[in-house]
Amino acid sequence: MKILVCVKQVPDMESRFRPDGGGTWFEESDLAFRMNEYDEYAVEQAVQLKEQLGGEPEVTVLSIGPDRVNEAIKKALAMGCDRGVHIQDPAPQGKDPWQIASVIATFAGGEGFDLIFTGMQSQDRGSAQVGVLVAELLGFACATTLVGFAFADGVVTATRELEGGIKGVARLRLPAVVTCQLGLNIPRYPTLPNIMKAKKKEILGVAASGLLQEEPVAATARFYPPARKGGGVVLEGEVGSLVEQLYGILKEKTTVLR
Amino acid sequence: MKALLVCEYREGTLLDSTYELLAFADRLGAERALVLIGSDAALPAGTGTLYLADAAKYGEYNPDVHKRIVLEAVARSGADCVVFVHSSYGWDLAPRVAAVLRAGQVSEIVGIVDGGYEVGCCNAKMRRTVAPKTAKSVLTIQAGAFGATGIPAGAPQVERIDVADGATGVEFVGYEPAEAKGVDLTRAEVIVSAGRGVGKKENVPVIEGLARALGGELGASRPVVDAGWVEHSHQVGTTGQTVSPKLYVACGISGAIQHLAGMKKSDFIVAINKDKDAPIGEVADVLVVADVMQFVPAFTAKLQ
Ligand SMILES: Cc1cc2nc3c(=O)[nH]c(=O)nc-3n(C[C@H](O)[C@H](O)[C@H](O)COP(=O)(O)OP(=O)(O)OC[C@H]3O[C@@H](n4cnc5c(N)ncnc54)[C@H](O)[C@@H]3O)c2cc1C
Repeated sequence: MKILVCVKQVPDMESRFRPDGGGTWFEESDLAFRMNEYDEYAVEQAVQLKEQLGGEPEVTVLSIGPDRVNEAIKKALAMGCDRGVHIQDPAPQGKDPWQIASVIATFAGGEGFDLIFTGMQSQDRGSAQVGVLVAELLGFACATTLVGFAFADGVVTATRELEGGIKGVARLRLPAVVTCQLGLNIPRYPTLPNIMKAKKKEILGVAASGLLQEEPVAATARFYPPARKGGGVVLEGEVGSLVEQLYGILKEKTTVLR
Repeated sequence: MKALLVCEYREGTLLDSTYELLAFADRLGAERALVLIGSDAALPAGTGTLYLADAAKYGEYNPDVHKRIVLEAVARSGADCVVFVHSSYGWDLAPRVAAVLRAGQVSEIVGIVDGGYEVGCCNAKMRRTVAPKTAKSVLTIQAGAFGATGIPAGAPQVERIDVADGATGVEFVGYEPAEAKGVDLTRAEVIVSAGRGVGKKENVPVIEGLARALGGELGASRPVVDAGWVEHSHQVGTTGQTVSPKLYVACGISGAIQHLAGMKKSDFIVAINKDKDAPIGEVADVLVVADVMQFVPAFTAKLQ
C-alpha cells in the first residue's frame, strides 16, 4: 500500500501580519513558519496506519513551497513518514487552490497512491478545498473533517464531524482521500533518535512548473486587516493596574460583582 | 446574475441555514433558484424554482450522489453561481461541484466588498477579497455572516430531479448523536473559558478559580478539550455549546470564527490575551493585554 500525506507550512498564527508589496498576501520576513496544525493530524494518522499494518505501507510526505518547507517535511519524516517530496515553488500563494490541487494530483497520479491524507484546511488561507479537489481530479473516494479513522480489509471507516457534536460515519473504498480535523488523534513529538534517523531519509525535489497544467480559476485582489468595530476598550500596562481597571469596569458595566 | 442555492436537509428536517442563503442572494441582488435533496414534507418557504430530489430515494448524505443532483440543477437552472453554507455539508460538497464545473470557488465568504467576496484568513486575523475568474462560480458563505431573511412568504414552484445511479466509493453508515452533556453552559450567567494560551493542563485550575470567584462555570476552546485538559461538555463553539451569559471571560483564546460563533452573543465579553491583535478583540468589550497566568491569579485575588 502506498500512502501520501500533503502538508503545508504556515506562519505562526500569533504573528503580526502585514500586507506584502503586492498587497495580496502577507509579508513573509519576520514570520516564523511551522506545519499547518490540521496537517499534523494527517501525518500522525498516516504513521499510525503504517504501524497498524506492520510497517508495510510506504508513507510519502509532500509539501509545495520555497526551500523553507523542507522543515515541515523533515518534521513529518521524524514523525515516521518514509520519504519526502518537495515540490519547489518560490511563491505558492500565487496559485489558487485549484492549481495547488492539480499540482498534487499530477504528481500523485504518476505514483499510484492508495490513500491520501490532508488537513481539512490550512490555517492561513482556510479555503478547505485542496484535499477534495485532489480527490475529484484523481477520481478517488473522499471524506472530509475526520475526527475518527479506522482501516480494515481495504476499507476506510471515516467519522466526520458535523455541527453541534453530531458525527456522520461513512465507509470509503480505496483509493481514497481523507481530510483531517483537529482532535482526530494526538500528534506525536519527534524524538531525538527519530530526528537523527530522518536526516538520512530521501527528500526528492521536483519543480512545480513541470507539474502545473491548470490556469487559476480565482484570484486574490486584496489582503488587509479587518476593520475594527471600535467600542471595545483595550487595557495595557502593569498587572496591578489592569486588575484595578477591569474591576472598575465590571462594577460599572455589569451586575456580576455584588 | 442567477444564483442556485443549495439547501441542507438532515434526517427529515430542512436546516434553518437555508434562509441565510436567501439573505445572501438578496445581498448579491441575484435571481435565485434552490435545490434540495429532501422531501415535500419539509420545503423551504419563498418563491422561485426549487429543484427537489427525494432524500428517501437517495439516502442520507452521499457526496457523489448529491454532487450529481446539484450539477443537474445547475444545468437546468442555468445558474451563474452555486451557493452553499460553509458547513460540514457545504465545505464537503462545494469543491466537488466546483471541480466538475471547473469553476472558481470562494470559501467562507463574510462580506461583499468592491464587487469582490471578502473572506477571513490567518485564523481570522486578516481578510482577503477573492474573485472567481470563471463564468460560473461556487461560493460558500460563513454561517451567520449574512443573517437570515426570516421566513419569506410564498411557496416555491417544485421541479423534480432524478439522477441515474452512478459510481461511488462512499457508503453512508449512520449518525452518532452528540455526547450526553456534562455541564449545561447555556444557563450559566458567568463563563470563564480557558484557551490554548493557558499553556498546560496544570494551569486550568487557575482559570477555574476565577470562574468560581465570579460564581460562574468553566468553559473552554476546542484545543484545550482535544488535548484532554478539560472535558468536552465545557467546549464553547460551533462543535460545542452556544452560550449567552451576562459575562464571558476568554482567557488565552484567539477568537477563531468557530469559537466566536458559540459566544459572541454574550452580554459582556472580557478577553485576556497577550496579543493585542488577537481577533477576539473584534467582539470583546474589554481586551486586557496581559499574560493570563499573571493576570488571572491577581484578578482572582482581588475578587476574594
Ligand atoms: C469545523 C471546525 C469546528 C470547530 N469548532 C470549534 C469549537 O466548537 N470551539 C472552539 O473553540 N474551536 C473550534 N474550532 C477550532 C478553532 O478554529 C480554533 O482552532 C480554536 O478555537 C483555537 O483555540 P484557542 O483560541 O484556544 O487557541 P489558539 O488559536 O492557539 O489561540 C491561543 C491564544 O492565546 C494567546 N496566548 C498565548 N499565550 C498566552 C499567555 N501566556 N497569556 C495570554 N494569552 C496567551 C495567543 O495570543 C492566542 O491568541 C473548530 C474548527 C473547525 C475547523
